Amino acid sequence: MTPAAGLGSVRLWLVVVGAAVGSYVLRVSFITLFGRVDEVPPRVKTTLSLVPPAVLAALVVPELVLADGALALTLGNDRLIAGAVAAVVAWRTEDMLPTVVVGMAVLYALALVP
Amino acid sequence: MTEREDFVSGVRDSLPTLPANVPFGFVVGVAALQAGFSGVQAVSMSVLVFGGASQLAAIELLQKGSPALIVVLTAVVVNLRYTMYSAAIAPHFRRFSERWRLVCAQFVVDTTFALAVTEYERDEDTDRLAYYLGVSLAIYVSFVAGTAGGVLLGDRIPDGFQLEFAVPLLFLALLVPSIADEPTAVAAAVGGFVAVAAVGVPMNLGIIVAALSGVSAGFVVNHWRGSR
Repeated sequence: MTPAAGLGSVRLWLVVVGAAVGSYVLRVSFITLFGRVDEVPPRVKTTLSLVPPAVLAALVVPELVLADGALALTLGNDRLIAGAVAAVVAWRTEDMLPTVVVGMAVLYALALVP
Repeated sequence: MTEREDFVSGVRDSLPTLPANVPFGFVVGVAALQAGFSGVQAVSMSVLVFGGASQLAAIELLQKGSPALIVVLTAVVVNLRYTMYSAAIAPHFRRFSERWRLVCAQFVVDTTFALAVTEYERDEDTDRLAYYLGVSLAIYVSFVAGTAGGVLLGDRIPDGFQLEFAVPLLFLALLVPSIADEPTAVAAAVGGFVAVAAVGVPMNLGIIVAALSGVSAGFVVNHWRGSR
């Protein structure tokens, strides 16, 4: 631990509480609003439907195409191959379990290839 | 079906998510310890934030020494998708008391949302609250237990298992069905591209910039389609 460990701990708690409160506000937003407004306006709904693909892609793509912070669009990048196979499984099955299991299996299989 | 049966079927329907959900919690626990969290802080984070991806993003930024405000903001932006889930699930919660709504909101995540809405659309008679609580309990407890497992055993799992790769795979399984038309495809493509391009952006604003770029691009495409 650094000399500022005490202060560091306060900083961590601040982040935990800040992230928790912020996330709860997002979650509760429309759930409590509903009943006061009868219907979520279609335009708001359409815009909201863009958020999951944008955020999820921003989380997934770097994990697959970057290796040690550098672009690795090669067949030697096991995670890219495993992710591509898993994406096909996700598309065909729309099911979490086979997507994760096949993706991990491909990753392990590729690790055995010298 | 009775409330009790609906609660149990909620728990049962959640079981296929556990092979991804438990390692997810585990990875969060290990990452938090490595970033200097105490065990209590790591588990508290999962209990309070209950959003694995936002937690991992926050932990990574903390390790890089980002200002606390940017860390919180990034976590919130990663969880911005819960707003969409909140809007989509709200009509199903309309008969709940105010108190139950406030409780149920805490458990809105990708998996609870996906399972609950699928079931609600499949069967009108399913007890909304009982089923949701069954799903939430299974997923919440397994995620928090996974985090506790990561805190306790983290340094004993060999790196060769690459458990952390279950996380992008889980999100991939959610990402693919979220792409339903041109605007959502553009939002995903731009979000993913900008996230890669923005790796070196100062103050680690990459995820925030990527998410907002993706949504904006999808919005423009949507608007342009609508006016055609």
